[in-house]
Amino acid sequence: MARKLLLEKIGIEGIRYYDAYRKSGGYASVEKVLKTMSPDDVTNEVKKSGLRGRGGAGFPTGMKWGFLAKPQGVPRYLICNADESEPGTFKDRYLMEHIPHLLIEGLIVSSYAVGSNCTYIYIRGEFGWIVDILEQAIAEAKNNGWLGKNILGSGFDCEIYVHPGAGAYICGEETALLESLEGKRGNPRIKPPFPALKGLYDCPTVVNNVETLSAVVPIINYGSEEYAKIGIGKSAGTKLISACGNISKPGVYEIEMNISVEEFIYSDEYCGGIANGRRLKACVPGGSSVPILPANLLLKTAKGETRMMTYESLSDGGFITGSMLGSGGFIVYDEDQCIVRNTYSFSRFYRHESCGQCSPCREGTGWMKKILWNIETGKGKIKDIDLLFSIQSKIEGNTICPFGDAASWPVAAAIRHFRDEFEWHVTNAEEAQRRNYGLAGYAEPLKVAAS
Amino acid sequence: MVMNKFSEQRLKEIDNVISRFPDGKQKSALLPVLHMAQEDFGGWLSVETMDYVASLLNILPIEVYEVATFYSMYNLKPVGKYVFEVCQTGPCMTRGSESIIQYIEEKLGIKAGETTSDGLFTLKTVECLAACGYAPMMQMGKSYKEHLTKEKVDSIIEECRNHAAKNN
Repeated sequence: MARKLLLEKIGIEGIRYYDAYRKSGGYASVEKVLKTMSPDDVTNEVKKSGLRGRGGAGFPTGMKWGFLAKPQGVPRYLICNADESEPGTFKDRYLMEHIPHLLIEGLIVSSYAVGSNCTYIYIRGEFGWIVDILEQAIAEAKNNGWLGKNILGSGFDCEIYVHPGAGAYICGEETALLESLEGKRGNPRIKPPFPALKGLYDCPTVVNNVETLSAVVPIINYGSEEYAKIGIGKSAGTKLISACGNISKPGVYEIEMNISVEEFIYSDEYCGGIANGRRLKACVPGGSSVPILPANLLLKTAKGETRMMTYESLSDGGFITGSMLGSGGFIVYDEDQCIVRNTYSFSRFYRHESCGQCSPCREGTGWMKKILWNIETGKGKIKDIDLLFSIQSKIEGNTICPFGDAASWPVAAAIRHFRDEFEWHVTNAEEAQRRNYGLAGYAEPLKVAAS
Repeated sequence: MVMNKFSEQRLKEIDNVISRFPDGKQKSALLPVLHMAQEDFGGWLSVETMDYVASLLNILPIEVYEVATFYSMYNLKPVGKYVFEVCQTGPCMTRGSESIIQYIEEKLGIKAGETTSDGLFTLKTVECLAACGYAPMMQMGKSYKEHLTKEKVDSIIEECRNHAAKNN
């Protein structure tokens, strides 16, 4: 069995509530940092652990904290990004629902490190029942002296508040989140200035994902060295993967970042293989925004090496033959799935969620959705495929926030790897309404060029 | 028409939300207060309701309108007593959300986006709700209904009808 750090205690009865959580060693990291460490010590531990942002970007967490401006007399804010909305991703929800005190504990330690006396959890509005769970956990923590004024006599004050959004994927982008928290439309801000200098109410702000902040707890408890030993190279520690699609056992799994993609899909410890005896066709390994890979590029890199569940290995080959670990939203497609229809579905998602500020994204997402619908429903032309590729290339990099890229990449990758399936939809329009393209050659081993 | 007003209890809750933010930043409470308004005033936000929220938070009505029109959880027209919001995004689609949507449409005799003539049900299609591993699924009020099958849809509709009959 792989080592569990975040889900270590998940099986303990009543772990959702304070008593069981505390009895199993909960809040020890708060005692440790408040009694024996300075805020900078905590930041250094997180830096040394190699922890990278678990929301999708993979930016080193300790470094992000290190960028925070600390002008005298100006409040600093820590914001927990719980706006989990990337299709394929449902891991933060799992943590908050089942072991909410882990997040609260991580938030207190992290708030101490960055000097935030007022910390907000911005949670997607649809998670209404999780708001209740978190508020109860916060009240329990406060009643037991872990929040409020002068925590454990350390002189450190901290309050945590839960703040619901109202249905907007874009609010997972950190500056859109800040706008939303200020009671505005979730329109991303132009950067710079970055939130580390001017964030919430123009004050220095750090925004971190739920899983990232929860991972601070085991890092403090076991030490950064222990944490960094897990995984491979710059993919240190454990990662939650939310697995879905056509697998036998959809769910949330904590992996050490040292296993292969093949093991993750086929091992009974994780996904348990493809459901109903079907064959693997494709996979989006890190949430809908990251490039889709056909089976033959998923299990092995273009160089013929085993593809591993790490940031580096999943992105090996760049966007030409690789993808990204992203948020850990792992979507598996079997041979019966239609890549054109799936790409259309993602385009509809991005069209719906575009905030509309930047014209390449506002207009481009709608245009892509329309063309994909035409191809899917047998009204497409071959030149539409090139047009689609051209549109996505003109959105990418031309918008205020990374949403434009996120909307482009799935389309680019689908055409790059499944062009023959798109062409088949155009040239066999009638047949394509009756059946799917199937597995075709997408699982056949690639010829590796002798280098 | 009688103007909607929050109860004393709700007004206290709203003051509590406002107190979470620095002085002068009461606008930060807008999203939570709009959720409360929608819950208390019939499941949607009328212009009168939005103006009322603006006056409570001491902001301009336009500041409320621009927010209410941006976020998909706010309904700007009346909805049924029970709102089915079925996820249609990729991962749910691979697990059969399209046939679930079609089934609900047939069963209730409405299309997505419509409300039944008895005012009981509204069907909406929505984008990813972060429940991909438990697909197909829908949101109903504050809860998620997951691993949907036709049988499960039947029993949810039945429950809603019973609930409505009891609470009429």
